[in-house]
This record gives sequence, structure tokens and C-alpha cells, in this order.
Amino acid sequence: MKNIFSVFKRKKSSDVAKDRLKILLISDRVNCSPEVLERIKADIAEVISKYMKIDVNTMEIQISKTGMKSINNTKTPTLYANIPILDLRNK
Amino acid sequence: MSEVIVVTSGKGGVGKTTTSANVGTGLASLGKKVVLIDTDIGLRNLDVVMGLENRIVYNLVDVVEGNCRIKQALIKDKRYPSLYLMPSAQTRDKTSVNPGQMKKMIAALKEQYDYIILDCPAGIEQGFQNAIAAADRAIVVTTPEVSAIRDADRIIGLLEANDFNKIDLVVNRVRNDLIKRGDMMSINDVVDILSIPLLGFVPDDENVVIATNQGEPLVGSNTYAGIAYMNITKRVTGLEVPPMEFPKTVTFWTRVSDLFKKKQEV
Repeated sequence: MKNIFSVFKRKKSSDVAKDRLKILLISDRVNCSPEVLERIKADIAEVISKYMKIDVNTMEIQISKTGMKSINNTKTPTLYANIPILDLRNK
Repeated sequence: MSEVIVVTSGKGGVGKTTTSANVGTGLASLGKKVVLIDTDIGLRNLDVVMGLENRIVYNLVDVVEGNCRIKQALIKDKRYPSLYLMPSAQTRDKTSVNPGQMKKMIAALKEQYDYIILDCPAGIEQGFQNAIAAADRAIVVTTPEVSAIRDADRIIGLLEANDFNKIDLVVNRVRNDLIKRGDMMSINDVVDILSIPLLGFVPDDENVVIATNQGEPLVGSNTYAGIAYMNITKRVTGLEVPPMEFPKTVTFWTRVSDLFKKKQEV
């Protein structure tokens, strides 16, 4: 009986592992903690908002390890930002 | 055209040596000329997994230092005449060899063999650098565990930084009963996180332990791991092989394990 209840209560441990890894790998890849990433996101949103109306809630930024080629022709981690524009005109 | 493949993982104990031995043996069973090279200097293992530990005379360091010719260090496999092992040195350390020397040796081997498989040591130090120096492509081995996947991700980053453009994934020790229960990341989860092409998965199979005890790779045998490794081997050569019947094996496994559970309860 105890087992049956705990099945309902607990989150699947595989999901916990996945979530932990996703956050962990982002910071591993660029030596950048999730908190820093959040601050970058907030700052980008602030700057873009000066020029157009964007959807801050659905915007996302992520760091990809297989990024673009940089000057010395090696692949470097790249910061991608997806920012939905609500209104192109200046506010 | 010959291919040089490094088998690597970052983390130790996830199955690099087992994968090297089975893929190498599998390729030889398909009629390819293969050399397996153990690059783990100081901690050699591939010789025992292949069951060839009693035949070692010369090793990798002897070749590199010019104490013997390449041919003298190559040990012919027990079962397949087109398969050779170059053992590592047990009493030396990783600094005995440098990437330049590895490149030179492998260039010479490339002339005579179809596949050169490098069993990479754990870690990202000089042993790793030696192993990847001369390789054209990489097989990254991981298990569906947080620590192994984290290290695999780091390794993939390093391989990409070293301009590898063919990096494939092998997910080892997969347990479908745990996946179904939600206590192990699925193969899709792992592929999703690491985002490199999947070469195949290997179920957690006690036959691997038995095969290692006996010093005979189980590739091609009628076991789950044997079939899985044969599929992986074929995909290495570029053949399209449909994925292993996972659902079927699952029901079989769970049925068997359920049987046992019931018995124990009674």
C-alpha cells in the first residue's frame, strides 16, 4: 500500500534527472550559471524593449555547444535568443 | 579506405572497452581487417576482455619508442584471423606517448587495415588527447545516468573543438523495466540531451559479464547485448539496420521478472 501512495506522490526520477541535466549542461558548456543566464535574458529584454514591443514571457535564450564558426574557424558555444515581437513599431 | 574510430566516454566504467572489443570483433566477423588499439597506458584492459592477455610480448609504447616493429606488437585474435590487438603498456604512464607519435603509428597501420579502433582511457588528460589525435570519427559511450551523460557532453564538446565531424552515440546498460517505471532516462531523452546521432543502444545484459569472464566478446551471439552490438557494428559500416525490437524484449523481460517477483512473494 505504501508503494501505491508513493507512486502518486513522487515525481518520476528520470524526469528529475533530465531536468537537472538540462540546467547542469548549460552551465557546464559555457561556465555560466543559470542565474547569470537569467540576468542576461532580463538585460536583453530591457534593451530590445526600448525599440519594439516584445513578449518577455515567451522569449527564451539558450546556449548551444555546436555553435557558429568564430574567427579562428573553430566552433564555439553560441548564444541564441528567440524573442517574439508583438509590435514592430516603436512604442 | 580505412577509418580510424576512437571509442570514448569521459567517465570510467560505462563500457568503452566492452564496446571497443565488440565493435572490433563484429567488424572482423563481417570480413573487415581490424586493429584494436588499447590506448590506456598503465591500466590496460582490452587484452583481458579479448582474452589475449597471455600472448602479449610487445606493446604500444615499445612500438612508439622503436623497440619493435608494429607487426611484432600486434596480437592475432583467437577467432578471427583479420582481427589484431595492439596492447597498451602496463608499467608505464600516459606521458610515454604523445599525439604526434600516435598519428605516425596509425598512419602506418591505415595502409593495411580497414578499421582502426582506439579504446580511449577515461578522463580528458593526455591519454585522451593521444587517443583522439589520429582518429577520423568518434563513438561516445554513455549510460542513462546523470554523471555519465554530463561527462559525455563534455567529451562531445572537446571532440567538436578538435574538429570531429562524425560523432555517434552508444547508450549502454539500458534497462527497460526502469525506463517504463520512470526511473531511468529513455534513449530518446539521452539523445535529446546530447544531440548527436544514435548508433545504437545496448541493453543491460548479464551475458556481458559472462563474456568478459570468459574473455570472448559476445557480438553476434544470440543474446540481447550480442544482437545490439552486431547492429551497432553494421551501422558503423554505414549499413541501415532497423532498431532492435525494444517493445518485444520489454514484454519478455518484464514477464520473466514478474514471474520471479511472484515466485518470491509466494
